[in-house]
Amino acid sequence: MSGNEGNPLPAMTGRTAGRWLRSDSGQGWLTISPPFVYALLLLAGPILVIIANSFWSQDYLTIDHTFTLKNYREALTEPIYRDLLFRSLFVSVIVSIVTVVLAYPVAWFVSFHGGKYKGIWLFVITVPFWSGYLLRILSWKVILGYNGVLNTGLQYLSIISEPLSSLLYNVNAVIITLAHSWAAFAILPLFVSLEKVDRTLLEAASDLGDGPIRGFLRVTLPLTMPGIIAALMIVMIPTVGDYVTPKLVGGKDGVMIANAIQVQFGKAANWPLGAALAVSTMVIVGMVAGAMVLLLLGLKRLVK
Amino acid sequence: MRGSSIRKGVVTAYVALYVAILYFPVLLLPVFSVNDSATPKLPLTGFTLKWYSGLASNETMHSAAWNSLLVGVSAALLSTILGICAARAITRHQFTGKGVASGLIMAPLILPEIIIAISLLVVLLSVGIELSLLTVILGHLLICVPYSVTVLVSGFEGFDPSMEEASRDLGETTWGTLRRVTLPMLAPSIISSLLVTFTISLDEFILAFFLSGTEPTLPVYIWGQLRFAAKLPNVLALGSVMIAASLVMLTVAEIVRRRAEARTAAKTE
Repeated sequence: MSGNEGNPLPAMTGRTAGRWLRSDSGQGWLTISPPFVYALLLLAGPILVIIANSFWSQDYLTIDHTFTLKNYREALTEPIYRDLLFRSLFVSVIVSIVTVVLAYPVAWFVSFHGGKYKGIWLFVITVPFWSGYLLRILSWKVILGYNGVLNTGLQYLSIISEPLSSLLYNVNAVIITLAHSWAAFAILPLFVSLEKVDRTLLEAASDLGDGPIRGFLRVTLPLTMPGIIAALMIVMIPTVGDYVTPKLVGGKDGVMIANAIQVQFGKAANWPLGAALAVSTMVIVGMVAGAMVLLLLGLKRLVK
Repeated sequence: MRGSSIRKGVVTAYVALYVAILYFPVLLLPVFSVNDSATPKLPLTGFTLKWYSGLASNETMHSAAWNSLLVGVSAALLSTILGICAARAITRHQFTGKGVASGLIMAPLILPEIIIAISLLVVLLSVGIELSLLTVILGHLLICVPYSVTVLVSGFEGFDPSMEEASRDLGETTWGTLRRVTLPMLAPSIISSLLVTFTISLDEFILAFFLSGTEPTLPVYIWGQLRFAAKLPNVLALGSVMIAASLVMLTVAEIVRRRAEARTAAKTE
């Protein structure tokens, strides 16, 4: 400090820093810094490390830090990884569409006809989402199994004579289970966007001769497009990396990319390849999500 | 007019069916947890509590439950503290980069958990931190904070910032204002945040699976038990207890939140 006495600059910056800290901007940053620094250190930092890892290579027990694209070559061209990636994307896109299509009428009902019980409706619908993630998936295994509830129930009622073996351990079981798991979560963004729909616009549409279906298609649906997009994303992006559902109900034919990623970080101990698989998945699901958003916005324009 | 009431009837029936299907798998577990058969199938064979009594003497399960409790309480407390900071900054301050900062904090809501899990795992192992309950807490904090922030933002929006100004103008210190004005006003949101984040931590599997080392939490313990078909009824019993506990906590959180909302609504009228 003493060496800088003749120099006004440090004192100036010190004073500006002090003033900045007292300003709204400074106070804001100061207040948000504990959770922000935490997320920076334990989320953003580690994700950057994973990205870096994907450009390195495993050399027996150590990691070779020279830049290489060979993990990506393997992740994107090996048939097994390509199949898993493709299947994961397929599952997540189907699950997100099914979830949103099935949830939309429910969100619409709560928003337009929920009256003063809207909050209770939302609570009742979202509660299953908060409890028993692992147990709900287990429950689907119990329902769909060869000697499971559905088969034994149908046999008991003499609807079928032999248990159906096609219920469990395939992609359909994964889709059913995931769609059920995420149903409640999709309701929230849909409900929020439905709440924002100006009800007088619907009256105007009906006064101008639009029937309820046309009114819905031309007013409600386009206005709730942001909610639909949010709901699709909030389901699609997390489900692409689901690990437990394919493991418990997917069987051999329902394995997804997360299972392959886990193997690379566990038994196979090839972090760089696992990292490349993880990064590829995220980039590709991001691109698919972007394409879906553009498609929906195009559709919205068409409807108008 | 008739058409619209028929339409409403159809939608109501659909919503009822939707909610029924939503709850069906959740309610199935308790049913089979008291069924006197080692495999869950129809028809039911008879009522028993033996699967529950099997839990009472299970030492490994008890230590897993203790681990879950420890992780859940720590994650709930710490995430609520971090959530207060974030929610306060979001609702009370305008600053450049607010979107980026809150976006990063909320990102775990939408990221696949496996991505968060492997990233943390690699960094922790690289810097030589051994996996333990502490590392599970670190991971759970990431996914709990966004929920705390959501609950607490509505808490901050529910009370007038001028109350804090008044307290400062009347001579309270920053700390005094926090203790005597801000925290009491926020209390319902804080309780709600604690209960919701505890439930999320109790329920969380992926992060715990990757980060727990040799001390399992309850979901990790259940995962291990799934290999043994004979243990399934015990797992169903344990699962029923956990779901019941979650439901109670979430319901209490909701009641606390609604009461506070009603109170502030009444005041502003």
